[in-house]
Amino acid sequence: MTDFASLWQAARQQPLTWVFLTMLCYRLAIALNRQSGGHALANPVGLGALLLIGVLLATGTDYKQYFEGGKFIQMLLGPATVALAVPLYANLHRLSKVFWPLLISLLLGSLVGIVSSAGVAWVLGLDDILIKSLLSRSVSTPISMGIASEIGGAPELAAVFVIVSGVFGAMLGWPLLSRLRLGQDVVYGFATGMAAHGIGTARAFQRSDTAGAFSGLAMGLNGLVTAILIPLLLRFWH
Amino acid sequence: MVETFLVLIGLQLLGEWLARWLHIPVPGPVLGMLLLFVGLCLRRGVPTALQHGVPAFLQHLSLLFVPAGAGVLLYAHLLNGQTVWQLALALAVGTTVTLLVSALLLAGLMRWRGEHGHD
Repeated sequence: MTDFASLWQAARQQPLTWVFLTMLCYRLAIALNRQSGGHALANPVGLGALLLIGVLLATGTDYKQYFEGGKFIQMLLGPATVALAVPLYANLHRLSKVFWPLLISLLLGSLVGIVSSAGVAWVLGLDDILIKSLLSRSVSTPISMGIASEIGGAPELAAVFVIVSGVFGAMLGWPLLSRLRLGQDVVYGFATGMAAHGIGTARAFQRSDTAGAFSGLAMGLNGLVTAILIPLLLRFWH
Repeated sequence: MVETFLVLIGLQLLGEWLARWLHIPVPGPVLGMLLLFVGLCLRRGVPTALQHGVPAFLQHLSLLFVPAGAGVLLYAHLLNGQTVWQLALALAVGTTVTLLVSALLLAGLMRWRGEHGHD
């Protein structure tokens, strides 16, 4: 005779239980996001992670045990990063007209994205691991996590910082830039992609296709430039 | 779907291998993305293997971040009361400054180029 508790003991040893629960939390988050009319605060990543944290705390499961299953989902982030080249290529034709302004803004904007948050954290005297995990907070999560583990930050913290930045930037972008007369599709889209990566891009597409395309372009290029700049900057810093 | 993942995983592995071989401190998947981008530019088009598979895969990109998002549990000890507010400040300032600088730079440079003719 097996009781419920011992059945659950067996289920938690099975990695697929955690794959299933991760997908379930994500699916619930999507449903909540749709119900809220796609509100920036009801971001699927943030909500899904919160729900999952709730499940882990409620079942008393430590993250290490969870990750026996969770790692199979996270493993796909690598191929997803490679796949970002496809939407980037699809926007290539829009590039030629504004090539030089875009390239200069990209390099300087990328640098500002890297040093701004980490700089504030450094001034406030936060832990080294926190500062290193903040460096890549303005690029999309898979790239950010890759950079963080490369330079001795914490990939999981980097992911959280990226998500918070994205939600904040997506919410702030339009109200701020339109008030400063910087609301043209190209400019608004580009700045949103630079500061708020994929979450900002999803928001920019709601304004117009051009804004979304430029946001996606900025996100992809910023990811690439940041991945190259951070290790170089750290080499000079030390 | 099989062809899509053969290309994507293959390029990631190639990127990782190149990064190690040439001592480039860039994550392997980022090099893989660059390789794919250059490949698409040279080929002047997206092959059928990627045309449908990639959008279907990227549509649920958010799912792949959820395990990492919950990973904040691992660092809960670093995030005591005061640190959380300092981090929130750092993120808010950083994101706002990045938005503003990127927008001002691009708008300024586009206007400047517009006034200095077209080449």
